[in-house]
Amino acid sequence: MSLDVFLQNIANSITLGSLYALIAIGYTMVYGILRLINFAHADLLMVAAYIAFYGILLFTLPWWLAFAIAIGLTTLLGIGIERAAYRPLRNAPRISVLISAIGVSFLLENLGIVAIGARPKSFPRPEALVWNLHFGNISFLSLTILIPVVTIILLLLVTFMVKKTKIGMAMRAVSRDFETSSLMAVNVDKVITATFAVGSSLAAVGGIMWSMQYPQIDPLMGVFPGIKCFIAAVMGGIGSIPGAMLGGFVLGFCEVFLVGLFPAASGYRDAFAFVILILILLFRPGGILGENVVEKV
Amino acid sequence: MDKRKNSKNKLTLLVLLASCALLYLADSYLSSFQIRILNLAAIYAILALSMNLVLGFTGMFSLGHSGFMCVGAYTAAILTMSPASKELIYYMEPIIPALANIEWPIFPAIIAAGLLSALFGVLVGIPALRLRDDYLAIATLGFAEIIRIVVTNTVSITNGSLGLKNIPSINNIWVYWGCAILTLIVIKRVINSSWGYAFRAIRDNEIAAEAMGISLFKHKLISFTIGAFFAGVAGALMGFLITSVDPTMFRFLFTFQILLIVVLGGMGSLTGTVISSLVITIMMEVLRVVEQPLNILGLAIPGLSGMRMVIFSILLLLVILYYRQGLMGTREFNWDWVLDRFKVGKSGERGETA
Repeated sequence: MSLDVFLQNIANSITLGSLYALIAIGYTMVYGILRLINFAHADLLMVAAYIAFYGILLFTLPWWLAFAIAIGLTTLLGIGIERAAYRPLRNAPRISVLISAIGVSFLLENLGIVAIGARPKSFPRPEALVWNLHFGNISFLSLTILIPVVTIILLLLVTFMVKKTKIGMAMRAVSRDFETSSLMAVNVDKVITATFAVGSSLAAVGGIMWSMQYPQIDPLMGVFPGIKCFIAAVMGGIGSIPGAMLGGFVLGFCEVFLVGLFPAASGYRDAFAFVILILILLFRPGGILGENVVEKV
Repeated sequence: MDKRKNSKNKLTLLVLLASCALLYLADSYLSSFQIRILNLAAIYAILALSMNLVLGFTGMFSLGHSGFMCVGAYTAAILTMSPASKELIYYMEPIIPALANIEWPIFPAIIAAGLLSALFGVLVGIPALRLRDDYLAIATLGFAEIIRIVVTNTVSITNGSLGLKNIPSINNIWVYWGCAILTLIVIKRVINSSWGYAFRAIRDNEIAAEAMGISLFKHKLISFTIGAFFAGVAGALMGFLITSVDPTMFRFLFTFQILLIVVLGGMGSLTGTVISSLVITIMMEVLRVVEQPLNILGLAIPGLSGMRMVIFSILLLLVILYYRQGLMGTREFNWDWVLDRFKVGKSGERGETA
């Protein structure tokens, strides 16, 4: 691998890793509080991408307005999903909630297919955001810089919110102990709504940036990124926000370099993330940064 | 008591005979399309019964069913295809010589498919079954996806993404329903054995079960392997029914459909599972109407592909949100109940499933 190719791969993996990190945070926050794999999270990417797509092409909105509307509506959708499909099952067995999550995910995907059609569409790249950069022999899109920058800003914001604000403190309390925090006058429902709002808006930003970077959108576009981001969250230690970031970047690097170093293995690229997941679950189920918790009676 | 047991055995025999008669009638009077749907229902019943053993009776949320089906379908297809059609189909890369000239009869191939799939079940289960709940779900989903990706990439064995065609076709209703009834009997036997009690103890409370001296890992692995075996058998039958297989068939969507059947029928009820496999399979065909262009009162509605899955997702959500026990809950069809109705013999102890 020459230096140029190496640098190109580094750039690619930072971009991919930041996208993974951004989306993984939504998984980790919801899992931290509800102990639920929010399968529908992946489909929020798709919803945001399509709202932005139609906002720009059908309603000819300026890109920033279309993006803002997409993020807002996706956030509302995320909150709505929690209200409709998860809240009624708060005291049900975990398997039931998981099945409900899978149901919501399938509903969104197939509604997408019914309403929009399964054929992929090409996502418009706003010229103000996307242009070509040349740097010696390597050329890359401005997105290679833009995506990590946006990601890092959002990550700092989320970390600040969780660490320093009152609602963040409530989130940490609820994720530690549901019942006790409700006895301490924390409004659990409100905290959960806030968690879903933050997670969904990050998913929306992730979805929009994802479709700018890989501008082919279809109703099933969220499935693979979604599963991989969950894997990233597990890798870093589920429930931990720095862990999700770390996991996202590590997974991005591993995937890009697997294909870069062993081009013959590129067919196995999607299997690779699962292999990592299984190894992590077996040997360090708490993840890189997480702690191992043994369930008690 | 003896009299009661006697009449129960007689009744069971009677039901078996009656179902044979029904199958015979179906075979002679229904159109070939309708028989095909019935056969599909039998395959779904096998799949759903095996998933119910794992999910409903042992409480393990495994999403790997499509992977085991994939193994079974490919095994049976490669074993039974004629050498000539293998040469024709593997034009990208010739098939490895060891498999090129094999042509097995149908039944050994089905058994082999089940056994290989069970072997995969053991291999997947040994690492995965240390996990629980949602981790188990995502890990088994991962394994199924890995199996699918490996199948797509090992071109000289599986013909890769092109899939296999010209698999010998079986249109005989007796084969499919025979397998389904055998599955039902075997799984019912397992559930009423000491293994079955251990499974249910694990489902209800793992820690208590372990304290009672039940080996968690051993019983989970047994349940998982039996599930994988029947999933493999169903995969093999699927290949014979539609005469072609390719890796995209075995995506997560497939597991979702089976999950829907199990949840609708009631997690922990074999009777419910059989009923809901029939209902869902027939619904899938009937609802094809909504994907066709319609004309209602002069209002032209274009065909909406994907509408069926929307309906099924909503159905799943409604059941899980408002009617979590499903059609049958954990109840079974029970001869005691019938006999009590007709006041035959004295009422015996309850709880024994028929």
